[in-house]
Amino acid sequence: MILMEGPVDPAAFEAGTGWAITPRGACRAELCVLLPPEATIDGAVDVDTVAARLGMPVVHDAAYDLVAVGPETTVTGRALSTAEAPELELPAFDGRPFNLASLRGQKVILLAWASW
Amino acid sequence: MWQELRTELHPRGLEVVTVALDVDPEAARPFVEAAHAEHPSLLDHAHLVDERFGVVNVPNGVWIDEDGTIVRPAEPAFPGKNPVLDQINSIDITTLPPDAAEMLTEARKIKTDPEGYRAMLVDWVEHGAASEYALSPDEVVRRAQPRRDAEARAAAHFELGEHLHRMGDHPAAIPHWREAHRLFPANWTYKRQAWEFEDPMRQGHTDAYNGSWFEDVKKIGAENYYPPIVP
Repeated sequence: MILMEGPVDPAAFEAGTGWAITPRGACRAELCVLLPPEATIDGAVDVDTVAARLGMPVVHDAAYDLVAVGPETTVTGRALSTAEAPELELPAFDGRPFNLASLRGQKVILLAWASW
Repeated sequence: MWQELRTELHPRGLEVVTVALDVDPEAARPFVEAAHAEHPSLLDHAHLVDERFGVVNVPNGVWIDEDGTIVRPAEPAFPGKNPVLDQINSIDITTLPPDAAEMLTEARKIKTDPEGYRAMLVDWVEHGAASEYALSPDEVVRRAQPRRDAEARAAAHFELGEHLHRMGDHPAAIPHWREAHRLFPANWTYKRQAWEFEDPMRQGHTDAYNGSWFEDVKKIGAENYYPPIVP
């Protein structure tokens, strides 16, 4: 996810990473990860602290004051932490959003291709 | 490319979802329009499926069962044919300039098994979990691409570069894409996408990047460009 440098609104952080910042820590589904006090500053998320706790790299672009938070480095050491298909919503070429989960009940082959 | 097989297998319970890994959607649109696909055709300008599903090259396919469980992670996927390789094989190399001939000679070593892959897919559609090609959850995770700090960092750099490119500052994207290539050299989608902007079609060497399609393919040997499908 792409963010501006500096503390981030918890809702924006959750939308981008799937992790909700709660009094119990950073939570996703049943899993919560304890956070140190400095993880939030006046209710806003300190991205470097929380991302480090969750094993997500943060890279910076100084010229534009932007940061990108990368995916978690999972306990499995693989791109998939479980075999459960990750959430995926992307626009169709007609502009309408399409959610992969809407195809539950059918077998699906997801095919990545490109023009290049 | 997948519409024909979709027509055959959709009545038997399979849906095809294509995802175009194109930073520039207009580059992909003509292919989508020509395909007249009845299946969902999605656009993934940030290469999200790389970080979510472990895609590292195209075409790559992921099988997902009725319950949303992945039964085969990302791997080279061809619907019974490989039109790109067919086209490469049909060219008379003797008519080409030496550098182009050298590149095509190497490219012809690329190994794919379109018929075998198609047969596996049909078997899964027919037999579901009982198909020998439907893998256990542990095996799916084990076969997924590596995700250590370097690969995760590469994804972040690629995304940042893509964001800057779409903001209109293409030169600002290049250092981030270079870094993504350095951190995750086995990811061809990060490399081919970036090379394409500097040298369309050929993806040759430019000052912007250390590698090029031909140089990087030669390093590993074209026969290793797509890993073999392990049943």
